[in-house]
Amino acid sequence: MVGNEILGRQDTAAPSAPLAIELRGISKSFGPVQANKNISIRVARGSIHGIIGENGAGKSTLMSILYGFYKADSGEILIGGKTVTIPDSQSAIRAGIGMVFQHFKLVQNFTVLENIILGAEEGRFLRPSLTKARAVLKKLAEDYELDVDPDAVVEDLSVGHQQRVEILKALYRQADILILDEPTGVLTPDEADHLFRILRGLRDQGKTIVLITHKLREIMEITDHVSVMRRGEMVATVTTADTSPEDLAELMVGRKVLLHVEKSPANPGRTVLEVENLRVVDDNKVERLRGISLQVRAGEILGIAGVAGNGQSELLQVLGGISNGTGIVRLNGESLDVTGKHSDGQTRRAKGIAHVPEDRQHLGLIMDFTAWENMAFGYHNAPEYQRNALLMNNEALRADTARKMERFDVRPPNPTLAAKSFSGGNQQKIVVAREIERNPDLLLIGQPTRGVDIGAIEFIHKQILALREAGKAILLVSVELDEIMSLSDRIAVMFDGRIMGERLPDQTNERELGLLMAGMGDK
Amino acid sequence: MDFLTLLQILDSTLRLATPLLLACLAGMFSERAGIFDIGLEGKMLAAAFVSGAVAAVTVNVWLGLLAGIGASLLLAGIHGLASITFRGNQLISGVAINSLAAGLTVLIGQNWFGLGGRTPSLVGDGRFPPLTLPFSEALAPVPVIGPIYHDLISGHTFLVYGAMALVPASWWLLSRTRFGLRLRAVGENPAAVDTAGVSVVRMRFAAVAICGVLCGLAGAYLATGLSAGFVKDMTAGRGFIALAALIFAKWRPVQAMGACLLFGLLEAIANRYQNIDLGGVIIPVQFMQALPYILTVVILAGFVGKAVPPRAGGEPYVKER
Repeated sequence: MVGNEILGRQDTAAPSAPLAIELRGISKSFGPVQANKNISIRVARGSIHGIIGENGAGKSTLMSILYGFYKADSGEILIGGKTVTIPDSQSAIRAGIGMVFQHFKLVQNFTVLENIILGAEEGRFLRPSLTKARAVLKKLAEDYELDVDPDAVVEDLSVGHQQRVEILKALYRQADILILDEPTGVLTPDEADHLFRILRGLRDQGKTIVLITHKLREIMEITDHVSVMRRGEMVATVTTADTSPEDLAELMVGRKVLLHVEKSPANPGRTVLEVENLRVVDDNKVERLRGISLQVRAGEILGIAGVAGNGQSELLQVLGGISNGTGIVRLNGESLDVTGKHSDGQTRRAKGIAHVPEDRQHLGLIMDFTAWENMAFGYHNAPEYQRNALLMNNEALRADTARKMERFDVRPPNPTLAAKSFSGGNQQKIVVAREIERNPDLLLIGQPTRGVDIGAIEFIHKQILALREAGKAILLVSVELDEIMSLSDRIAVMFDGRIMGERLPDQTNERELGLLMAGMGDK
Repeated sequence: MDFLTLLQILDSTLRLATPLLLACLAGMFSERAGIFDIGLEGKMLAAAFVSGAVAAVTVNVWLGLLAGIGASLLLAGIHGLASITFRGNQLISGVAINSLAAGLTVLIGQNWFGLGGRTPSLVGDGRFPPLTLPFSEALAPVPVIGPIYHDLISGHTFLVYGAMALVPASWWLLSRTRFGLRLRAVGENPAAVDTAGVSVVRMRFAAVAICGVLCGLAGAYLATGLSAGFVKDMTAGRGFIALAALIFAKWRPVQAMGACLLFGLLEAIANRYQNIDLGGVIIPVQFMQALPYILTVVILAGFVGKAVPPRAGGEPYVKER
C-alpha cells in the first residue's frame, strides 16, 4: 500500500499561477481496457510539468486525447481557462498545443524548412512560406539555442537535431504548450542536457512544457511539478522539490521498489568470448562495425553503452548468428565462423551462446504464436521436445513452458496464450526464460528492460546477475546508462561502429561516458 | 536511314509515347502519394472502350473523352475505396481492376455492338483531328527546320501536346505548391501529415483522382487518337510499361518523359521495320516487337540502379497514438 503521507501531498501543487491546461474527469476505454480512469490534472502556465508512470499506465493515451488523436469517453478539457473540444490535431494546434512524439513525425527526405511548413503553409505556393519560415527559424534559433540548418535534409541530421526540428515545428505553429513524449530515449547525455537547456529557456519565456517520461532522474532534474500515473489512474501530483525518486517509484509501482541493484564483487574466470577486429558491412555497403575487439570472461558482465544506432545492434546480431561479418571470434578458445558460410543462429546456440535480441517483438518472439511455441524457438530440435523421429512432443513442451513461466513469474502463467496478449514485461520474461534456462556459456542480451515495467526490471536484473554468479559470461547492450552503470563489471562505449573506450563503473561517471558516446574518446 | 525516315520514326515515337506518358504521370501522382497502382492498365482499357463507344455512338470525340475519363475515375474511386478507406491490399485491388476492365470491355462491347468486342470504326468528328501548328505550311520548304517543324512537331492531336505540357506542369505542381508538398509528404510519412493537421485520406483520394483523370486521357487517346475505335485488349500491357517507366524515372516527371519516349521509340522502330539486317545478322521483327517488354523486365529486375520508391508506398495509413 502507498503511504497516506504521500497521497496526502496530492494537490500541494495546486498552482496559484494561471492554468495552461486543466483536465477534469477524463476517461477513455479501448474495449474492455480502461486506459484512463477519471483523470484530473492541472498544469500551471510557465512551468515544466512531468508525467511519470510505467508502460501502459495511460500517459500516452492521455496526451493523445489532448492532441486530438483520441476522443475521451467523458471529461472536460480546459486550455487557458476555457473549455475546448479537440476532435483532431488541427484543433489542438489551433488551441496552441504542440507535440513532440517519441517517434518523430518528420518526412525523412524533405528539408528542414519543408518539414516546418508542412500543414502550416501560407497560401497555395511554397515560396512565400519558405521565405517566412527561414526568417522565423533564424529568430527561434537565436532565442532558444535551437540551431539547425534550414536547408539540410532531415535524414542527414543527427537524432538530436531531428528532435529540434520537431520542437521548431511546434513553435512555428505558435504553440504555447509543448508536450514531449519520452524525449531523451534516443539522445546522448550531452544532447539531453542541451534539450533541457532549451526547455528551461522556453519555460522562462512563458511557455508551458509537459514532459512524459519513465526516467525518474529527468523528472527530478527538470520538472517543477510531477504527476504520477498508475494503471490508468492519476495517483498523485506533487511539487518536485518536495519529493524523492524513491517516493515516486513507490507511487508508480504501488509498492516499495529497489532502485539500486545489489551486486557482489565480480569474480571473473577464464575468457569465454574473444572478438578481434570484427567488421560488418550492411546492405547499403555502409560499414556498421569498424573493427571491434573485446573480451568477456566467465562470471563477468561487459556492458556496451552508446546511443542507439552506433553498431550495438549489429554487434549482437553478428555474434548471435543473425547477420554476417568478418573477423575473429573465439568462444571458449574455439574459433567461430562469422561469415555465415558454416554457421548460423542454430549452430551458435548449440555451442552455448544464448541471445536475447534487442527487438523482442520482431526477433525474439512471433507475436501471433503461443507462449509454448515461442518457448521452443531456437531449441525446437532439443531431444526432450521430440516424440519420435517425425513428431514433436507438444505436451512436454507445454509442461516445460508452464514450469519456466512459473519460475520467471510470467503473468498470466498460461502457455497457450499468444505472445501478443502478454504485457511487454512478461513477453521479455518469456524470452529471457527461454534463453537463460538453457544454461548457456555466453548470454548476449540487448535492451533487456526496454518497454518493461519497473517491477519486471527488478526481476530481470536479478536473473542476469544470478547467471553471472553462476560463472557465465554476459554481453549486455543497453541504451539506458543507468542500467549499464548498475549491472556491468566493465563498460565499453560504442560510437559509429567502434569502441571508443573501456571504463570501470566505479571509476567513471555519466559525463565521461557521455563524451565517449558522442565520439570524443581515447582513440 | 535517310532524314525523312528518321523524322517519320520520331513522329511515330511521339504518338506512341503519349499514352505511356499520360499513364506514367497518372501512376506518379498516385504512387508519390503512397498508393501503388498496378491498375493503370485496367483504367486505360476501360477509358479506351467507353470513349470509343461513346464517340462512335454520338460522333463527338469530346463526349467520348469525357465518358472515358468518367469510366477511369470510377475505377480509380474503387481502388481508392479499397486501399484508402478500407485499407485493403493495393496490389490485389489493382489486379482486380485489371481483370474487371479486361472482362467487362469485351462483354459489354459484344453485347452493344456485336463486333466481337470491338467498337465501330470512328470517322469524322469521332476522332481527334491533328492540329496544324501556325506557319507549318509556310516553314515547310525551309531545309532541316522546315521538315522538323512540319512533319515532326506539327500535326498531332491535342492530347499529344497536352501530355507533353503536363510534364513541366506536374513538376511545378509537385515541387512548388502546397498541394504538391503535402502529396509528396503523404507518400513518405503520412503520420507527419496527419499530426500537422492535414487529412491523409483527402490527400490520397485527390492523388488517386488525378491518376484516374490521366489514365482516362491515356485510354481515350488510344481509342480516338492513335486508332479509330476500340479493339479488345488494345492497351496491350501499356499500363505495365508505364509502371516500368515510372520506376526507371525514379518517380520524377521529366525523367518519366524520357523513359516513355525511349519505350515509344522502341515501339516505333518495331512498327517501321520488319526484319532488321545488321551486317548479315537478321534481327527478326518479333524480337523488335518484344523489345519494350524485355526492357520492362530488365528495368523491373533492377538493372538500372537503385530506385527508391516513396517510403510509405503500398501501406494503408493506420493512425496510431
